[in-house]
Amino acid sequence: MADTLHLQIVTPDRLLVHEDADQVQIPGKNGELGILPGHAPLITELTIGEISYRVGTTTRYLAVAWGFAEVLPDKVTILADSAEHAEDIDVKRAQEAKARAEEALQQAAADLDYDATLYALRRAEVRLAVAARVGQATAAH
Amino acid sequence: MANVRDIRRRIRSVKNTRQITKAMKMVSAAKLRRAQERALASRAYAHMLANVLASTVSRAELVNPTTGEPWNPLLAIRPEKNVLLVLVTGDRGLAGAFNSNVLKAALRFLDHFKDKNIDIVAVGRKGRDFLRRRYPVGKAGEERKGQVQVIGEHLNLLAKVDYEAVSEIADHIAKAYRDERIDSVYLIFNEFKSVISQRLIAQRILPVQELGRREVALTEEFELGDRQRMAEAARTAGVSLKEPEATEFEKEATKFATAPVDYIYEQSPEELFAGLLPRYVAFEIFEGMLESVAAEHAARMTAMDSASNNANDVIDSLTLTMNRARQAAITKEIIEIVSGAAAL
Repeated sequence: MADTLHLQIVTPDRLLVHEDADQVQIPGKNGELGILPGHAPLITELTIGEISYRVGTTTRYLAVAWGFAEVLPDKVTILADSAEHAEDIDVKRAQEAKARAEEALQQAAADLDYDATLYALRRAEVRLAVAARVGQATAAH
Repeated sequence: MANVRDIRRRIRSVKNTRQITKAMKMVSAAKLRRAQERALASRAYAHMLANVLASTVSRAELVNPTTGEPWNPLLAIRPEKNVLLVLVTGDRGLAGAFNSNVLKAALRFLDHFKDKNIDIVAVGRKGRDFLRRRYPVGKAGEERKGQVQVIGEHLNLLAKVDYEAVSEIADHIAKAYRDERIDSVYLIFNEFKSVISQRLIAQRILPVQELGRREVALTEEFELGDRQRMAEAARTAGVSLKEPEATEFEKEATKFATAPVDYIYEQSPEELFAGLLPRYVAFEIFEGMLESVAAEHAARMTAMDSASNNANDVIDSLTLTMNRARQAAITKEIIEIVSGAAAL
């Protein structure tokens, strides 16, 4: 049995991650999934959330918005609408997006696309939460 | 006969123009290469998305067997009464016949569907300007301003085609389709596989009927002369004519979700379709835009190549005229001197 997982994250723009990881955590639609090498073959939809993977002692975090994951015993392949490394997240933009969405929900105009706004809010929140991980990681060192 | 100085000035001016057109050609060639790379980078995603859809389809029919209803509203087929057309042109001119070709295809499309209500979303300034001169501007969900109306425009989107922006547009379109405000959606754009493999197509985006394949409603091939000019321009600018080869990684992407094992599926087909189909629609539009951008650069490169060649011809003929004029002037001078000497 392989003792690492090959992780690939693909977005419409590029191949974002291809790396061997010891452990991968993905936000499945029906709940968080922690994956270790040798996992049973699985296909799941992902929801807005955080992907993390550990290589040795370092853990890296990404914010992801919707995706698909294929899990094989030695491989995890993720197809994502958009994914960003924690350190690449534009915190200011996420904060603005969050404020915008919150305001739209407060005013609740008649033509408000409720689902889309909630989705935007959720995405902004996840982005901020993932971005905050970088701060914590450097503070801990 | 014009005097030598005037002709020399004109030659200099044409040379300056040639310098500009040559530079624009090289810039377009570089942009074309980048656009091709982007299109290439998106191919892996395309394969993977198509695979997940295919594997979902293989597990379930498109129609719910107990109710007879399609699993997803985006699969529902209705008689076409209200049609949405997304027209992709460029934001800028100086690209030869690129924009007018797309617009001609659009007019043929409108002619073909002339008994239907058509809403148009224009992507690119050139198309927007053209459509606005001909058709009224309406708003989705309000009373129609005409049988054909322009309901939206997206300018400056093509400078850097951003998937997120495109998927927002696609979400609006999918919503209109689910709400049954429109019965079908077409995308007209310049399809681009490589410099020598291009055509204009009207692709049906919705309803989704055949997965993983472009459904082409109308198509028009380029003329042989145009293709040859494109190939020649690409050759002199050092752009490859062939479709880029699949990378190792892309080959791997084609295997996504198809390993010969029994997967555990976390979601039902209904849920999967609900998540996948809107992305499929968004990605089709995204891909069309990427190709259109590449085609625009290729067309501009070709136009600038022709312009440079024409400048060469003009310079040659002006140089000839200048030499003749110079010779005539010299001859005249000699005659004057000789006849002056003879008169002494």
